[in-house]
Amino acid sequence: MSPTPTQALIDLVYQEVRCIDEQRWDDWLALYTEDAHYWMPLTHGQTDPLLQGSLMYEDKMLLGIRVERLKGRRTFSQEPISRCHHLLQAPSMESHDPALGTAQVRAAFHYIETRGDEQQLYAGWASYHLRQQNGAWRIGLKRVDLVNCDAAFGNIQLFM
Amino acid sequence: MSIQTAPKDMRHWVREREVHRDIFTHPDVFALEMQTVFTHTWVYVGHASQIPQAGDYHSTTVGDQPVVMVRQADGGIAVLHNRCAHKGVKIAGGEHGNTGKFFRCPYHAWTFKLDGALLGIPLNSGYAQNGFEGTEAAQGMARVGAVQVYRDFVFCRLAAQGESFADFFGESLSTLDNMVERSPEGKLEVAGGVLRYMHRCNWKMLVDNQTDTCHPMVAHESSAGTAVKVWKAAPEGTPKPMAVELFAPFVSPYEFFEGMGIRSWPHGHGHTGTADSIHAAYSPVPGYWDQMKAAYGESRAQKILGEVRHNTIYFPNIMVKGPIQTLRVFKPLAADRTLVESWTFRLVGAPDLLLERTLMYNRLINAPTSVVGHDDLEVYERSQQALLSRGRDWVNIGRLYDPAEAATPTQVVNGTSELQMRNQYRTWARYMAMGPEVKP
Repeated sequence: MSPTPTQALIDLVYQEVRCIDEQRWDDWLALYTEDAHYWMPLTHGQTDPLLQGSLMYEDKMLLGIRVERLKGRRTFSQEPISRCHHLLQAPSMESHDPALGTAQVRAAFHYIETRGDEQQLYAGWASYHLRQQNGAWRIGLKRVDLVNCDAAFGNIQLFM
Repeated sequence: MSIQTAPKDMRHWVREREVHRDIFTHPDVFALEMQTVFTHTWVYVGHASQIPQAGDYHSTTVGDQPVVMVRQADGGIAVLHNRCAHKGVKIAGGEHGNTGKFFRCPYHAWTFKLDGALLGIPLNSGYAQNGFEGTEAAQGMARVGAVQVYRDFVFCRLAAQGESFADFFGESLSTLDNMVERSPEGKLEVAGGVLRYMHRCNWKMLVDNQTDTCHPMVAHESSAGTAVKVWKAAPEGTPKPMAVELFAPFVSPYEFFEGMGIRSWPHGHGHTGTADSIHAAYSPVPGYWDQMKAAYGESRAQKILGEVRHNTIYFPNIMVKGPIQTLRVFKPLAADRTLVESWTFRLVGAPDLLLERTLMYNRLINAPTSVVGHDDLEVYERSQQALLSRGRDWVNIGRLYDPAEAATPTQVVNGTSELQMRNQYRTWARYMAMGPEVKP
């Protein structure tokens, strides 16, 4: 059994999804390092984000574009807006290197995205590659593996 | 047996400058399309690189028909109706795999050769001397009417009789040629996996959209427009990211799209980007030009890479982008439901960075998680809902209409013309009027 992550790491994971659920986008982005990526693979066990297709492989600039777009007056796919809800399993520690100040934490999740009368349920596992910067933990990579990553979806507009 | 026949006068559905809302919403129209448009035309099935070895198969649909394309022992490719001759079970259950030397039905173990012929039946004495030879089942799995593999692209015609492949596609094959020739080895491979995106709208809306050059600056202001805005705020001297290079041309001004040009061909094919396109100004990929020059010579290499066609529609339901090596299939599921598959290709022998760009384009533009995709699907779904309105019956496709245009199927016009949409609907009406295939 993997060791329990420290409270600071658990808090970061919960804080991250809470920012998404509450659509506090600027706070959300601030949890990511400047060179961070948000990755949703297209296949199970995928190791290459560049020469294999993905649902998302976004750097911080692209995440920032998404966030700006969600706020935009002419973002018609957000009339009405989408809302979302995360339910997380308690995060587990996958690896930890105190000397380097890095850790990997994983949590299974159920994610619901709603818009108008529609509600979609997704399930998967989120893996966080975390890094200590100026005494605080930040996200260098969030990898979201959907249990049905190869299925045909309609619009997924927010973040898992 | 046909479900419904076309109206005696096709102008109930398709006029010169407008099409009736029923063709997007009515289930009977959809059922007839499957038996006419998707039966009499050459429809894309897959790519030969998906099934390199004997026994490799890829199962898919042609219109509403489940089919399987399978590599034969002699290297050829067959396309079969994916249905057991016995009780109708789908034989190739997965999307792809290798079936070995024959297909075996999971229900009663009837086996079929890779060309569909019946190979064996367990306890076959039960069919001896009782007239089995005269039943349909004795003929094995049905083959589609005709198959053509063109530079590794596999197409089929469900109907046994009809126009030849060469007549149907004619000069439009030049777009596939160009995509293939962008490989220094003249070879493509399906690569990167397929993005699948469910659309609750009619398939024809997607086909129309591919040559609709008056929507990007409006519908995609939210995505591509925001990308440009965010990029402009970056500190001076920051190198332009690949993503911005891919996004930014979507919000070019109307004049750009006017100058881009549209070409139409007979049988409903056509493309945007005759003179220029949103794919024309990507950064050079190190090493690629030298490879192309060595493979084709300077002037020919220049000609190949100078062809920057935007979207080529192969009627009825695929779109090809040569310069970014993607092929999108708009699979009709119901009048109000379409599965969009976006396939990507590796230019064999070319630098990996080209595939990396192709895959980035695909996920930024064609994924269910893509902001550009969100913009488009929103308007399609709003159309599907609002076309139920009886307040208006017609959808307008009259931009830059010329009464003489129908007489010249091959022509190049202003890039904001809806000529290609009209070309598609004229063709659509012609096939609908043919009615279902009459089997002997």
